Amino acid sequence: MSILKVQNVSIKYITGDFKSIGLKEYVVRRLKNNYKVNEFWANKNITFELERGDMLGIIGTNGAGKSTLLKAISGIMVPSEGRVKRVGKIAALLELASGFDGDLTVKENAYLRGALLGYTRKFMDETYDQIIEFAELKEFEDRPFKQLSSGMKSRLAFSIASLVKSDILILDEVLSVGDGAFRKKSEAKMKEIITGGATTILVSHSLHQVRSMCNKILWLHKGKQINFGSDVQKICDDYQAFLDGKLKI
Amino acid sequence: MNRLRQYQFMFEELVKRDFKQKYKRTALGMLWSILSPLLMMCVLATIFGNFFGKSIEHYIVYLFSGQVIFNYYTESTNGGMNALMSNAKIFTKINVPKYLFLFSKNVSALINFGIILLVYFVFVWLDGITFTWKFLTLVYPIVCLIFINLGMGLILSALFIFFRDIEYLYRLFTQVVMYGCAIFYSIDRLPQHIQNVFYCNPIFVCITYFRSVVINDTIPELWLHALLAGYAIVLFGAGCYVYKKYNYKFLYYV
Repeated sequence: MSILKVQNVSIKYITGDFKSIGLKEYVVRRLKNNYKVNEFWANKNITFELERGDMLGIIGTNGAGKSTLLKAISGIMVPSEGRVKRVGKIAALLELASGFDGDLTVKENAYLRGALLGYTRKFMDETYDQIIEFAELKEFEDRPFKQLSSGMKSRLAFSIASLVKSDILILDEVLSVGDGAFRKKSEAKMKEIITGGATTILVSHSLHQVRSMCNKILWLHKGKQINFGSDVQKICDDYQAFLDGKLKI
Repeated sequence: MNRLRQYQFMFEELVKRDFKQKYKRTALGMLWSILSPLLMMCVLATIFGNFFGKSIEHYIVYLFSGQVIFNYYTESTNGGMNALMSNAKIFTKINVPKYLFLFSKNVSALINFGIILLVYFVFVWLDGITFTWKFLTLVYPIVCLIFINLGMGLILSALFIFFRDIEYLYRLFTQVVMYGCAIFYSIDRLPQHIQNVFYCNPIFVCITYFRSVVINDTIPELWLHALLAGYAIVLFGAGCYVYKKYNYKFLYYV
């Protein structure tokens, strides 16, 4: 039984100067018939399917539409065309270091983030010590969040998010967090979650990582699906050749 | 119901955050939010008391009724306008119900309103007005006002995502509403058709309800109740509609 089904998903972004013009200018331009928006397809006709326990790696250069696709899969966005069918609970860990409040303390931020990720208060009470221990921020817990270094912030974000329990887990390059020592710890933690049996989607720029961890692979380029399949080594080889300029697509 | 319980923790934490953000943990923070409308009222009472005080009974209470309700309206909607924008970093990364951000902003405005309302009743008492059971009916305009504010907040926060100059336009709009609330004067001497215009303003209707009950000890007629309920339903409904329609579009504009 497939746990995630992505069918012909296309996502259209609108760009242009509409963001900065404001209502007055908008009305004027509408009246003058001078209002233009450009459309641009961040994803076009993406189709794939995942079974329970699958580990999908998504590769592609910057601007390939990886993050947009993840947003559609996690339900933050709805596709302009096509549809996403998912079974069970889904959790997306996308660049999580942002969205904290600088004036709240580390502890308050941890609770807020936990709440936003859908944890219960009871769960947070039980696991808070574990979170702060893992992030190595015990002595900072009552400090305002803005006083932390950016590495510390992402450590906290990772520690909270890594407790998530879901049927589908989405990871957007969160594996590479913090300094050397913490990175090892977080990678171990990540492996633990992945082997826990959840279906996982991993976006990574590290081909090495994808080769060693994934059993399926999706290659995107400028919003288009170049390849999808379970022949991970072959597709990685192709992608490497493309990066080296030996393969044209 | 299950979903509500799931979001309860989220909502509580958001309310806590907004509350701390607002008062910055200062001791004076809370007090100041009561002091500032009181000071404003003193100024208004001193100036306009001489003009209108003689023809309007219980002028201080009359003035305070307008002031307290109008203040709650502006505080709640101005705070609400920012609710989506300031949380953009969160809702573009995590799938959360976006209306929670607005509702939580409204809670701190409501708490503030509650405190000032207590001060208001002290003034009512000092002015020699006796409390009757009819005061209980004030719950009705308050509930309607909450929904009006939520509705306005939903609409404004959505608009603010699309048009950043709403902030300035809304400030202008609030001024018009303020003068249309008859906070420090009475509309009795205006011609009937102009009086009718005032009833297009939901905040004015709320204030009128308050004054009628507190100063004249009369529960307003049924049509005023209906009018108020109508405003609440229309505005809240419009707000919900906007959120439902643009729920997934906000993302493109932040």
